[in-house]
Amino acid sequence: MRGPHDVGGLKAGPVDTETHDMTFWEKQIDALHALIGDDKRRIVPKGQNRRYVEALGEDVYNTLSYYERWTATMSQQLLEKGVLSREEIDAKVREIRDRLEATGELELREGEAEKI
Amino acid sequence: MAEPFEPGDAVRVREDYPPGHIRTPVFIRGKEGVVTRTFGRFDNPEITTYELEGPQKTLYEVRFRQVDIWPDYDGSPSDTLDVDIYEHWLEKA
Repeated sequence: MRGPHDVGGLKAGPVDTETHDMTFWEKQIDALHALIGDDKRRIVPKGQNRRYVEALGEDVYNTLSYYERWTATMSQQLLEKGVLSREEIDAKVREIRDRLEATGELELREGEAEKI
Repeated sequence: MAEPFEPGDAVRVREDYPPGHIRTPVFIRGKEGVVTRTFGRFDNPEITTYELEGPQKTLYEVRFRQVDIWPDYDGSPSDTLDVDIYEHWLEKA
């Protein structure tokens, strides 16, 4: 079985070799990922989110950016561990969405506005 | 404990396609190469990702010739590719 991540040897377009700076939220996600898997906390096994990322399915995998995949899978892991509840995540998303809407900083992907 | 392989050994990657979390990419399965380095023994991520206990596995660096991997490879025949592979994915070639 070939997961959506296992693309070695498949036809692909040119590789984007530009370097990209990580945004602040990407750094936050990276740090959270390290913390929930470190030896002190051991909330999840190291690197476990790779398995979750592979299980997102081809469509979602190819729609989300790298750290969006991590965000999606880490919230799933923390839900399963009982660290966060769905209600807590939804409430926080609403709070942030409202705040960004108020400041005009809310950026949505095409087609995303209708879903709200 | 004797290691199953050591640098210089000719090995073949198992040609197997099991479901689940696998750390050996599809493109290298069934290919033959030579062990170039032993990294040591580590927890097996194919087991620990499911939060299960299992024996540690030795991780190797295996060198493959590009022409052995890609049927239409048109680069130099001396081009190689190194892949990190756990012992349970390797057999004697």
